[in-house]
Amino acid sequence: MIEVKNVTKSFDDKTILHDISATFYTGKTNLIIGQSGSGKTVLVKSIVGLVKPEEGEILYDGRDLMQMNVNQTKELRKEIGMLFQGSALFDSETVLGNVMFPLTMFTNMTPAEVKDRAQFCLERVNLKGADKKYPSEISGGMQKRVAIARAIALNPKYLFCDEPNSGLDPRTSILIDELLSDITHEYNITTIINTHDMNSVLGIGENIVFINKGYREWVGDMHEIYKASNEALNEFVFANDLFQKVKAYVLSHEHK
Amino acid sequence: MIISESLASFGKYCIFMGRVFSIPDRWKTFFSRTFFEISKLGVDSIPLVIVISLFIGAVITIQMEINTVSPLIPAYSTGLATREIILLEFSNSILCLILAGKVGSNIASEIGTMRVTEQIDALDIMGVNSANFLVLPKVIGFLFYMPILVVFCIFTSFLGGFFIAIFTDIIPLSRFVYGLQTMFQEWYVWYGLIKSLFFSFIITSVAAFYGYFVHGGALEVGKASTNAVVASSILILLLDVVLTKLLLQ
Repeated sequence: MIEVKNVTKSFDDKTILHDISATFYTGKTNLIIGQSGSGKTVLVKSIVGLVKPEEGEILYDGRDLMQMNVNQTKELRKEIGMLFQGSALFDSETVLGNVMFPLTMFTNMTPAEVKDRAQFCLERVNLKGADKKYPSEISGGMQKRVAIARAIALNPKYLFCDEPNSGLDPRTSILIDELLSDITHEYNITTIINTHDMNSVLGIGENIVFINKGYREWVGDMHEIYKASNEALNEFVFANDLFQKVKAYVLSHEHK
Repeated sequence: MIISESLASFGKYCIFMGRVFSIPDRWKTFFSRTFFEISKLGVDSIPLVIVISLFIGAVITIQMEINTVSPLIPAYSTGLATREIILLEFSNSILCLILAGKVGSNIASEIGTMRVTEQIDALDIMGVNSANFLVLPKVIGFLFYMPILVVFCIFTSFLGGFFIAIFTDIIPLSRFVYGLQTMFQEWYVWYGLIKSLFFSFIITSVAAFYGYFVHGGALEVGKASTNAVVASSILILLLDVVLTKLLLQ
């Protein structure tokens, strides 16, 4: 479980995060949603330690990231897997090399064991036969899957995903969502997904935190979101006709 | 304003170097990456060094011979002057200015691209010291290979002069060789090699610094690459003056 308590972050004179508090549960797909520029990426980067907030606490199962020294942070990061928006695969490494990288760096496994584990992870994300290809030779969806395989290679306790569906077609987006949800439940990981994809919100959001203009405005799950009274949330989630119809259908169905 | 910004940048560079020169997470990975960088930055520069040295060596020989036609100037002066120019300045300072363009822009753009595509963030998230992992093998690899490039440059430049002497009637070969051997000072070779070590450090570390702290996209990577080459060239020239004063006086 990750707890964020009263986190405030500013860049120059502009406050991006205002006293944010939220809890992200183990074994659940936790979503941070909000419009572009709302501060959700800064929040995720603060949680993983890429950005240092001015105030607040970030507790990883009770361990405060803000109080950790360099070595403790380094150890914690071995428990973290992260999927970046652009996949962030190493261009100079093959698909297999990318997945093998954290295993080579942080374990004492033999080369054969490293290769076996990497191939297992690639199979887990349904990616076979691409071992020897370079990131530039595979599609965006495949790159995301390689990045997921790399993120889970070390059996992380915490998995962060920064807009995992950006740039993907709807079908591939759903596959990636399902994969992340499956992995979260299968390995009992605390997964935090930063997204503004409504399919993800309504499909896999077991714990949703809505950020608006740097403030945490709403917390709930994918079922509660239909009944939420928060105006900004409704404007954001049900912005288009299709989702409005879905909402109307779900609510009318519930009444019956 | 400019002074305070320069001081701030220098401080940032020093802190960055502190991160670069920390103990590698995995020695085996460090050594394999260092050998890779020796190949990429050093060995791959040999063709450029050969082409430039060959032609510059030939041109220096021609110019020295043409411009020293006087009964008061000894016959060996063409070979001697060619040798001194090559040993004292061309094979180290000028070569490093040229390599600042090739190697420096390569490093700045590579690391800058890794920054804007979040590959460096990915390393940091994994708990890897990205500055050390990416930059130290480049610095050590190029530092290790630079003297070899200098030696290559010296011999190929002389070869350029030899070709002029052999294939043209500008200067007799025997006179050119006699000039090359006359009043030879071994220290000049060491002086060039020592300077090249400092310059190679500037080329790799400054380029890595500019690449590592890029913000934005492709445009900024291009700017960082250009700035890295300009900054390292200026620093090479400044340090050239300082080292010459220290080593030759």
